[in-house]
Formats: sequence, structure tokens, C-alpha cells
Amino acid sequence: MERTEIVGHFGPYGGRFVPEALIGALDELEAANNSASKDPEFQKELNHLHKTYTGRPSIITEAKRFAEHAGNARILLKREDLNHTGSHKINNVLGQALLTKRMGKKRIIAETGAGQHGVASATAAALLGLECVVYMGEEDTKRQALNVARMKLLGATVVPVTTGSRTLKDAINEAMRDWVTNVASTHYLLGTVAGPHPFPTMVRDFHRIIGIEARQQVLEMTGRLPDAVLACVGGGSNAIGIFHPFLDDQKVRLIGLEAGGSGVESGKHAATIVGGTPGVLHGTRSYLLQDSDGQTIESHSISAGLDYPGVGPEHAYLHDIGRAEYRAITDDQAMHAFSLFSKCEGIIPAIETAHALAGALQVGNELGSGTILLINLSGRGDKDVQTAAQYFGIPL
Amino acid sequence: MSRESLAQVFARARSEDRAALIGYMPAGFPSLEGSKEIIKALVDGGVDIVEVGFAYSDPVMDGAIIQEAAEIALRNRTGAKEVLDVVSSVSVPSLVMSYWNPIERYGVKEFTKALAEVGGVGVITPDLTIEESGEWIEETERNDLSRVYVVAPSTDDSRLVKVAERCSGFIYAASLMGVTGARNSLSDSASQLVSRLRKITDLPIAVGLGVSTWEQAASVAKFADGVIVGSAFIELVLQAADIEQACKSVASLARQLSDGVRKG
Ligand SMILES: Cc1ncc(COP(=O)(O)O)c(C=O)c1O
Repeated sequence: MERTEIVGHFGPYGGRFVPEALIGALDELEAANNSASKDPEFQKELNHLHKTYTGRPSIITEAKRFAEHAGNARILLKREDLNHTGSHKINNVLGQALLTKRMGKKRIIAETGAGQHGVASATAAALLGLECVVYMGEEDTKRQALNVARMKLLGATVVPVTTGSRTLKDAINEAMRDWVTNVASTHYLLGTVAGPHPFPTMVRDFHRIIGIEARQQVLEMTGRLPDAVLACVGGGSNAIGIFHPFLDDQKVRLIGLEAGGSGVESGKHAATIVGGTPGVLHGTRSYLLQDSDGQTIESHSISAGLDYPGVGPEHAYLHDIGRAEYRAITDDQAMHAFSLFSKCEGIIPAIETAHALAGALQVGNELGSGTILLINLSGRGDKDVQTAAQYFGIPL
Repeated sequence: MSRESLAQVFARARSEDRAALIGYMPAGFPSLEGSKEIIKALVDGGVDIVEVGFAYSDPVMDGAIIQEAAEIALRNRTGAKEVLDVVSSVSVPSLVMSYWNPIERYGVKEFTKALAEVGGVGVITPDLTIEESGEWIEETERNDLSRVYVVAPSTDDSRLVKVAERCSGFIYAASLMGVTGARNSLSDSASQLVSRLRKITDLPIAVGLGVSTWEQAASVAKFADGVIVGSAFIELVLQAADIEQACKSVASLARQLSDGVRKG
């Protein structure tokens, strides 16, 4: 597709499809991010926070009992669940919150699905003294009530969004409307590698630390690179964070697991790359779930954090050029892996993450013993206890 | 068809020492036939140019009123075919106002060709940036359609130049930072934006967002070439008991506003 000026594109994907009102803020953000990434003081401050607050570097755990169900492949877990606030989301949030201060803004807004990004944003806002408003689909405020309470305890305002499907996509719409209105005072702290340039690149770079650490750790542990790296894909931030430092390692397969809901063929899913088509949503060109008129189709997943009809543009590109593969994992497959993993390893994963674990069961059985799989354990499952209890019929 | 061109409408308005009145109504709201009748009532009431809205599932530039209208239009299964059908029924110059994805999905070539064939004069694209407009510029040129971009008070002067260079027909100046919807009062930001635009372009400038009353139309008409009203009309349709009543009340508001743009 033709473009007059190339900014922030990944092949035909990415770019900026936003009201002119936001261009100034996106340019300002891009400039602040570019200068911060070259500023040793900024890097020092972020690294210090990661070391003393996030709890980085996160460790690698080998999942030996789970591996018995995965063709006896070695299963290495990158433990982003052990980060402060319980998921990878904090990596990006601390980076953007520091940028907010650098730009002299005092208010952040965020969208959230599972509530993990909202909690991480509220946390960073508390730490750095920023005002924080979180938009959350009304549907999600119900399935993730615990995280709503956490955000409130942290001093954030949570706004339930009652338009459209009342999930993540509509929370993003509402956050964009707030941003258009309050752009002079407010930074939109987008929680994944989607949205207009510079978000996909900037958010990826804040998450690359996952892959940089893990690559080194796996080399030290095993003396070689893994055969495959697996991660769940909602918007795609934890996946791109662990994939990106392996991009040039052509022998390392990169496998993204999307939310297959009730099955891609049922139409009730959130597997954007597996079951979607290219188009424009929320400021970027990528794959999305849309009908023949270009209207967004509502996504479905048991996992609120994966329940999004779009995906980051870099994943669309990695898919098209064949560098990464994407598969769909159904609700039932994810919940089977969730239960098995909890019982084998004593770690309750986020349901989002359980999609990656279900992928590990498949890929491990395909590749067999002697191979090494690196899995991004993107988050812990405390927030999902209610959903899981319901699913498994455990009385509360 | 002997519809005027956009240029003729703005020239005529200028010769009458007034601003043009531009009315927005989504196709398929409250029904396909209903939207045609309501647009006819707008024109009877004095609207000079019509923006036919292409309802979209994720309208990030729109406030609650237009969102509600869009949801109704989508429930009525309004797509490109219906939008084009409504455009073909309008007796004054009409443009389509559409978020980008429905156009891209239909096909840029196909959409511009089909719109020109039904007599549409242009397209307003609130979320298409000039950087992503390569094919769009080619195809709108080929089909002689006006390309209207929306600029905002936050758009700096160097960017205004670039956007205005790629605009044709008129330029849409957002009166304020925010989404569509009626406002009690309009700030100075609209007049400041228009005077910045005057320095860099000879295109007609139409001001939209927040205009709903005679007074606001009159005050915007003092400095702009066009006054754009959407949410205020839609709100009347939402409140009306039936199409007949909706037509009456939008025609009456159109008459007031069309008087307003003459008093500015
Ligand atoms: C634990 C966890 N993993 C994954 C995701 C999905 O997001 P992304 O694809 O951007 O990593 C979320 C989102 O809320 C999450 O909470």
C-alpha cells in the first residue's frame, strides 16, 4: 500500500490513523521517547526502578513435571508473574510513566481489560505522584472485580465503559475520547503494542528487557538457544517483548498463541491473526476481526486480557513474512493447561498465560524430548481465581 | 443532475455575505428511508451542504449522541451500499463523512468510483492522516472528489500547511479539543484556528464541533465560511416520536441556524 511519508510502519502495517488533534501529542511522545532512549540518566532511573521496585531481572524456572505432558521437551519459564503487580505490564508502565514526567504532564489515562494494565498504571501513578484514570469495559469490571478494587485502593479512578461490547475495545475508544479532549495535560498510557506510532515501537522497546534477560539466562542454563519461544498474544506486548531479541536467531521458532474462544470456526474467538483480516483499528493498520463492511466484530475469550479484536502491527508483519507463527488456543484448551500447570508446578498462571502453556503442550509434543521451549509466563492467576472456580465448578 | 458544486455554494454564500450551513446526518438513522426524509427536511430548512455519515463501530471522535445514532444505523445494517443510496437522494452537494476502515475495507478505488457515480462531491475523513493518504489522494483526484481533512486547535502552523495542501473543497476546523456533541459555550479556539488557517490557505473554512444554537451559528459565521451542525440535529431525531415529527423539528432548527449564519 502506498504512503507518502513512512513513519512507524512494519511493512504495510502500523502507521497513524488518528484525528489530527492527536498528532501533536504523538509527535511530542515520539520525541520524548527518542531523547529518553539516548539519555543515560533516564535509562539509569528506569533500570534502578526495575531492580528495586519491579524485581528484575525476573528468574527462569524449569517446569519439569509439566514437561512430562509436553513430550518431555525442556520447558523454561520466564517468570514475569513475579514482577511487582503480577505481570509483565509493569515494564511498559514504568517506562511510560517516567516519560509522562519528562513531558511535564501530570495525568495519565489507561485502558484495561483484565485489569493488569490498569493496576500497573495505578501503581506507577501512585509511585510517581500522577493522577490516574482507568477506563474499563463494564463487562470486565464484573469479571475482574478484584482488580477494580486494587486500582481504587491505589488511588486511581476507574470508569466503567458502557458503550459497544463493554470490553477492552470500547475502553480504548473511551480513553481516546478523553485524550482528544485533555491532550495538553494528559498522557495516554496505552497498555500494549497496538495503537498509532510511536506506541507499537515504544511499548515493544520497554518490554524487550524480557527477551534480553531470557536469552542470556537460557544460554547460561543450557549452553544454547531455545528451539522455540512461546507467548500468548492479546495486543501482543508480552509476546513481542520476548520475541524481539530472538528475531535474528533464525533457528529459534517464535510462536504466538491467540485466544481461540469457543473455536475459530465458531466465530466466537479473539484470534485476530489466525481468524482475522487486515484493516485499521485504534489508530493502526494490522489484522483485526471485522465484517465485510469494515465494522469491528466483537471478540470472545474466557480471558479478559486477550479479549481484543485487534493485534499489534509488528505481529501482523512477522506473521506475513513467516518469521513468527500464530495459533489459536480455545478456552477449554487454555483451562486444561491452567489446571494441569497449577497442579504440576505449584504456580497458578493468569488465564492469558495459560494459552501459552497450552501452546507448550502442543509444541512440546511436536518437537519432543531434547528440545528446549522458552515460555513467557506473563502473569499470575490470583485475579482469575473467581473465573477459574466458576469454570471448574469450585464453590466460592 | 444540476446540483451545485461545493465551490459554487461557498461562492454564493460569500456573495450573500453569509456562511454556508452544513448539516450532518448518518445514513440509516433512524432507518434507511427515514434518513433520506430527514436530510430532505434539513435541506428544506436551509442546509446548503449535507454530510452523510457512514456509521462505524468504533467512532473515537464522536460523543454520546452520534455514538447512539451510529449504533442504531449499524443495527439497521447500514453499509456502503446504503450510504451511497442516501447520497444519491440528496438534492444539494453532499459528502460522506467516514472513519477510514469502512472505506479501506470497501476498497479505496471502488469507493471513490462508486461515490462519484452517485453524485457525491467529496469525503470527510476524521482519522485519516496525510501520511497514510497516498492511494486516497490518487483516487479522489481521479474521481474529482473533494478531500476534507479535519484540523484541530492543537495542529501547529507547519502541519496546517501540509494538511491544507492536501485538502480540497473546504477544510474542516474543529472548534475545540474534544469529541462531537453540543456545548453550552464555544471558546476562542475556533476563531484563533481560523485566523491561523487564513494565513496559509485560500480554501473555504468550515467550523464544526459543538455548534447547536442560533447564537453559536451567528458567532461562528462572523469568521468562518461554513458552520457545521450534527449532534443538535441528531438529538432532535432521537427525541422525536416518529419520522414526521423528526422532520418538522430538524427543519425548524435548520431554519433558525440558517438565519443565524446570515446574521453573523
Ligand atoms: C498476564 C497477561 N498476559 C498477557 C496479556 C495480554 O496482553 P499482551 O498481548 O499485550 O501481552 C495480559 C493483558 O491483560 C495479561 O494480563
